[in-house]
Amino acid sequence: MYKAPCNKLRGLACAALFRKLSQNVSGNQPWFRSLAQLCRSYPSDCFTFQHFSFLKRQYVTKGGTELLQQAKAKLESVSVPLEGHDDAVMKQVQELPTVRLPALPAKQDQALTTEIKVKEEAQLEAEAAQEAHKEKQWKELKVEPEDLPGVYARLSKIKLTALVVTTAAAGYAMAPVPFEPNCFLLALLGTGLSSCAANSINQYCEVPFDSNMNRTKNRPLVRGQISPLHALTFAASCGIPGVALLTVAVNPLTGFLGALNILLYTCCYTPLKRLSIANTWVGAVVGAIPPIMGWTAATGTFDAGALLLGGFLYCWQFPHFNALSWNLREDYSRGGYRMMSVTHPDLCRRVALRHSLGLMGLSALAPVLDLSTWSFPVVSLPINLYIGYLALRFYRTADRASARNLFFCSLWHLPLLLLLLITCKKSRKDQEDPSPGSTTSATPVTPT
Amino acid sequence: MATMSGMVRSDFTPAAGSKHDWIGPPDWLSNLRPILYHIPENESPLERRLRCLRQETEDWNHKFWANQNTTFCKEKEEFILSRLTAKGLNLRDEDGGRRTLSSEEMAVFYKDFLDKNCEKHASYNREWYRRNFTITLLMAQVFLHRTWSRLSNRRRVSQT
Repeated sequence: MYKAPCNKLRGLACAALFRKLSQNVSGNQPWFRSLAQLCRSYPSDCFTFQHFSFLKRQYVTKGGTELLQQAKAKLESVSVPLEGHDDAVMKQVQELPTVRLPALPAKQDQALTTEIKVKEEAQLEAEAAQEAHKEKQWKELKVEPEDLPGVYARLSKIKLTALVVTTAAAGYAMAPVPFEPNCFLLALLGTGLSSCAANSINQYCEVPFDSNMNRTKNRPLVRGQISPLHALTFAASCGIPGVALLTVAVNPLTGFLGALNILLYTCCYTPLKRLSIANTWVGAVVGAIPPIMGWTAATGTFDAGALLLGGFLYCWQFPHFNALSWNLREDYSRGGYRMMSVTHPDLCRRVALRHSLGLMGLSALAPVLDLSTWSFPVVSLPINLYIGYLALRFYRTADRASARNLFFCSLWHLPLLLLLLITCKKSRKDQEDPSPGSTTSATPVTPT
Repeated sequence: MATMSGMVRSDFTPAAGSKHDWIGPPDWLSNLRPILYHIPENESPLERRLRCLRQETEDWNHKFWANQNTTFCKEKEEFILSRLTAKGLNLRDEDGGRRTLSSEEMAVFYKDFLDKNCEKHASYNREWYRRNFTITLLMAQVFLHRTWSRLSNRRRVSQT
């Protein structure tokens, strides 16, 4: 994260404080011993603010209930599936084995436990400091073959790609045609490769912007793990076979949609992020195309059912992204990203609410279009009402907590909604059965 | 010490005999990582052009982002101070901690800053895309050139 000049000055002040402390404080204090151990294990000339942050955590007092604009925490503990959100660094800190001690008198036991806890915390802090120290080293730009799979996974935003492929699979599953495993797998492979290509090109274009945002600063191109040419070659090696596979092995319509999506994402959405808030709507269309691709892969045609599936994804994007972007306003402002949450905050919340309620409307439309039975709007009502309620709270209170709640709800809402849709899919037998008295028949009864 | 015009490269020397570029930690002003380019003995004019363009682009990028981040920090502090003063409060509270404004109050500043810098960002984006693409094109040319000379050397060796 951007370190303001003020932080370094505070670090130097803390160094002076520490030297003073070591003169005045008795060395028997547990926190002091931990601090000494921490400083010994971290060889550096100048103590930085990070060294003293563990002290702050021990002695921090709770602030008022008013929400304050604070610096973002270094580590983000949530993995975010959609664009630009999946690179949260999750550091797994190994838990130290708990120490089993013989029974001691209560007071001694308590002091010992506290000391052990303090030691463990100090050790964790030392490990984190060492990691941070490694990050400060110069590294040789040599591509190691064993690193490449990891690099490619991060370059292609593999978690986002997995979500895109899942929505395409849902689109295929909902199509009212017999299931063909070969076609299904080829469609998913082609969609996955197209998504990898689009994500790689996006990262290729955004290196300096990614460097300046906490969420994206560990991407492969930012760290120089591969060159821009290498990234572009990887994108071409995914995109060209991906689109070709869809066009030749599935059908031309799906291939066209795949190519269109890559173009929309790289040539419209990526530059628009810094020019206009329209980027969010373009991004929603980009997200809506994969399930349509799944449908067209199965049926070869673009019809109302495909549009409805795309509609679900399109509507879902707004509560998801608008809620996420609400808590990133500082980074967006500094990085020059034109997002609704910064430039038009009221519109941001209104659009999130509108589209959350739209999901309910689309769910009711599914049986009308013979996509599902009437049980779908009923069983999906609770989750749709819940996301609607959270969107309403976000609209009314407009605070960080309500934005966070809405965002996290969107993460499980979409997979669950798609699962319910597939479960309530209208069977082909019901659709084709013209027998009188069949309540689920789609075709009108014709007298013979 | 990092300056607005150039990133810190001088206080690092790569390992002797290294034939690769080296990348450093993020610069504290611009958050961009400086690269120390390895100059091969048989550097062709094309390779030299690529190296110079990359170095120049890095410095240009660094200048932009260092200025952007510093301006942002400065204007943010000024905004917070002006708001607190308008409320009749000091920057520090009774316990000596820094006072901060709420998300909604800060949102006014973020919108204003983004709108003020709209043109600057638009022209930066255009220039960055142009440079990025030119560098990639040169990289491709250098790669092809190197591959071609390696293949023709091999052919020459196998013929003799």
